[in-house]
Amino acid sequence: MADLIKKPFNVKEIREQFPALRQKIYGKNLVYFDNGATSQKPQLVLDAINLFYSKENANIHRGVHFMSQKATTEYEASRIRIQKYLNAKKSEEIIFTKGATDGINLVAFSYGELLQAGDEILISAMEHHSNIVPWQMLCLRKGLVLKVIPINKKGEILMEEYEKMLSRKTKLVAITHISNTLGTINPIKEIVQKAHSVGAKVLVDGAQSIQHLKVDVRDLDCDFFVFSSHKVFGPTGIGVLYGKEDLLDRMPPYQGGGDMISKVTFERTTYNELPFKFEAGTPHIAGGICLGTAFEYLESIDMVAAEKHERELAKYAEDILDTFEGLHIIGEAKNKTSVVSFTVDGLHPFDIGTLLDKQGIAVRTGHHCTQPLMDFFKIPGTVRASFAFYNTRQEIDLFVEAFEKSLSMLK
Amino acid sequence: MSIEEKQQEIIAEFNVFDDWMEKYEYIIDLGKDLPLIAPEFKTDDRLIEGCQSRVWLHSEFKNNLMEYSADSDAIITKGIIGLLIQVMNKETPETILKTDLHFIKEIGLQEHLSPTRANGLLGMVKRMKTEALKYINN
Ligand SMILES: Cc1ncc(COP(=O)(O)O)c(C=O)c1O
Repeated sequence: MADLIKKPFNVKEIREQFPALRQKIYGKNLVYFDNGATSQKPQLVLDAINLFYSKENANIHRGVHFMSQKATTEYEASRIRIQKYLNAKKSEEIIFTKGATDGINLVAFSYGELLQAGDEILISAMEHHSNIVPWQMLCLRKGLVLKVIPINKKGEILMEEYEKMLSRKTKLVAITHISNTLGTINPIKEIVQKAHSVGAKVLVDGAQSIQHLKVDVRDLDCDFFVFSSHKVFGPTGIGVLYGKEDLLDRMPPYQGGGDMISKVTFERTTYNELPFKFEAGTPHIAGGICLGTAFEYLESIDMVAAEKHERELAKYAEDILDTFEGLHIIGEAKNKTSVVSFTVDGLHPFDIGTLLDKQGIAVRTGHHCTQPLMDFFKIPGTVRASFAFYNTRQEIDLFVEAFEKSLSMLK
Repeated sequence: MSIEEKQQEIIAEFNVFDDWMEKYEYIIDLGKDLPLIAPEFKTDDRLIEGCQSRVWLHSEFKNNLMEYSADSDAIITKGIIGLLIQVMNKETPETILKTDLHFIKEIGLQEHLSPTRANGLLGMVKRMKTEALKYINN
């Protein structure tokens, strides 16, 4: 894989790389504003998937033959590429998982085994169900206490409250980097420093940040970082758990099976080293390799310019939406990514979403897997437009036009 | 009118629409016009929780026929409920149980009754049938 050279940021050129964006839906040009749910895939990734299954398909870590060796080499090369992208110290710290949810469950089980009744876990009020339920399950299993860091009406963490909640009993803070519903970017570095000062570890749910920000796990100094490939231009069914080596070393395996063992007898089994200790069974090989390709693609993008473009899109959309009577933007954090969530007085998000869909506009409506957050705002759900760097102002204009039409039908 | 004739009537009505927006305009108008359920029946035991929108269903058995009333917090859902009730109301439990609501597919709204849609409508049709079942052989 040759390294691509970073080109000046150009939306038109970027869009040409994404065939899914050039579709008509119900006869209308597709406007894809559901990037928070999943991202579309660039041609580079599509070609890599095709190539793998056409020519390179073989099982890894166990073959003597040419194809197996080649697949193994590529799978491990992808791990190294991801390690470098995240600036992790070692490739052993990159564990392939099924996705963000799987990574959180791994940590909840495995790190959870090191904890004792009475220990405390902190999450925030804006977490995705994936970063709530595994901790509730762990708390039930081990008699731990789950506490929720409150937020303000803008959708920002109350840092003073957070500090007050930290104590020697706190063993883990599990927090999202970016809220999928509100777009809030949390001050992770500060959160990590404060947690470390009482000896607690921090898991960062990076499902919504990896595609928007240049993530550096050593700069953040978090202990775990999870994300899903499908939200960062890679295939579905694969993701990554980054963990600090000494911590991963101390944690027992999550699942048993092939690949994760060193030696098996009926009396006693010894486990493989990192990262394989946490990768039981034949993994999603094509996914792992092609996630590497997705990062190869990302490396070719000027992420600073891309993020600026995304923020401009969100600002442009919010400024227009603000002029609608009875429309409320949900999530007004000072530091925010390109997510625009809103409600309209007297209208149900589902109705708005259905009518937008019939005009070719893909948004998400509902609670976005953050029901407790909806309860906090006392709303049943929102309409959410979430932008990626391949979106444009013209698309927002189309969205606004379709939105006005929907309103006129519903009111 | 038989239950099949009622379905055919709706299909004919929808045939005049040229595009999606016209269809939805009609459904929304249905939803707006119909006060479907008496407020005292909007209780939790009549609630069918969907992931997106919520549906309340009340049923009565009168003169050997089922009578339904329902409501939803989303207006499109409510409009589709209007269509379902138009078809199912004042039919015998036996007819309700054996009827295939094929008109929904023919007017292009099957997505709203798919299990993935999670708007409570599929649950509502199921509950319409289980309520009817109570009055068979009783
Ligand atoms: C903040 C956040 N966390 C976790 C997840 C779960 O990701 P996945 O379903 O890919 O495991 C999502 C996906 O919507 C998310 O937005």
